[in-house]
Amino acid sequence: MSETAGQQHPIGIYLKIWVLLFVLSTFSYLVDFFHLQGYLRWSLILIFMFLKAGFIVAIFMHVAWERLALKYVLFVPLSAIVVLITLMAIEGDYTFLTREIFFDP
Amino acid sequence: MTIETDKNSSYAEPGIDGMVADWSADKQNFDLPWGKLMMWIFLLSDTFIFSVFLTGYMNVRLSQTDNWPNASEVFALEIGGVHLPLILIAIMTFALITSSGTMAMAVNYAYNRDKRKTVILMAITALLGASFVGMQVFEWSKLISEGVRPWGNPFGAAQFGSTFFMITGFHGLHVTAGVIYLTVIARRVGRGYYEDKGYAIVEITGLYWHFVDLVWVFIFAFFYLW
Repeated sequence: MSETAGQQHPIGIYLKIWVLLFVLSTFSYLVDFFHLQGYLRWSLILIFMFLKAGFIVAIFMHVAWERLALKYVLFVPLSAIVVLITLMAIEGDYTFLTREIFFDP
Repeated sequence: MTIETDKNSSYAEPGIDGMVADWSADKQNFDLPWGKLMMWIFLLSDTFIFSVFLTGYMNVRLSQTDNWPNASEVFALEIGGVHLPLILIAIMTFALITSSGTMAMAVNYAYNRDKRKTVILMAITALLGASFVGMQVFEWSKLISEGVRPWGNPFGAAQFGSTFFMITGFHGLHVTAGVIYLTVIARRVGRGYYEDKGYAIVEITGLYWHFVDLVWVFIFAFFYLW
């Protein structure tokens, strides 16, 4: 026997999340199916993506029930990724502009 | 589940105070089986790998001056004469989500020491994962036959091929490894290998599998839908 009890939750919650993930995936597929464009498309994609990711991490991976010490270990380092994304977005934009100026399409 | 205060545990308080107590503990910082903590650390490092891939993809897509191929059309299929955009990707998504659901239930049955149901559910999970890889092989062969290469493709920007093969290839590798991992652990569960050790291993395997599903959520959003 391990000394610490594992994560045990009713099966029902997994089934509910499963259905929810199905619905959310269908919605994100429909975004493409109905050819939504522009900011509406991007914001819907992001909303459905973060909802799905949140439910998988919180319920399926049991992070919602873990102690704060572990949550911080998992989420604080991700701020470095946010910084990287920001910097690379700026850099990508800059490269695009210089290419537009110096290369003839 | 509320946090149980156990007399034998050094972990008494929830919230910020509990976190401070955990981090300043004399003996150990995390009240977890060591394998589970190590899996979390590994998954954190893997998060960085996939984040860097996706950030690289964002960077080349932002900076290219060609036309980015329309993923919706590139991955469209004709089924029964009906033109369906992205349909294979949608089926792959549903297969992976379903496998995550069966995995979550396997963890539950494992802690209830129901070996039979655990093995069956893990086997279903592995089968769905294998079918995912199978569909990915189909998708890759279709694209390769249409002339998509890491250095160029007939639809537009050359970066499309390189990022596609790198990102989905690395993810497919993870799914393949997960299928092998699941098969090994399911076999051991069936043989009663964990009767004395406890079934935390199934939860650890589950963490890896859910992570593979999690990465797919981001790839689906950023590569296929964007």
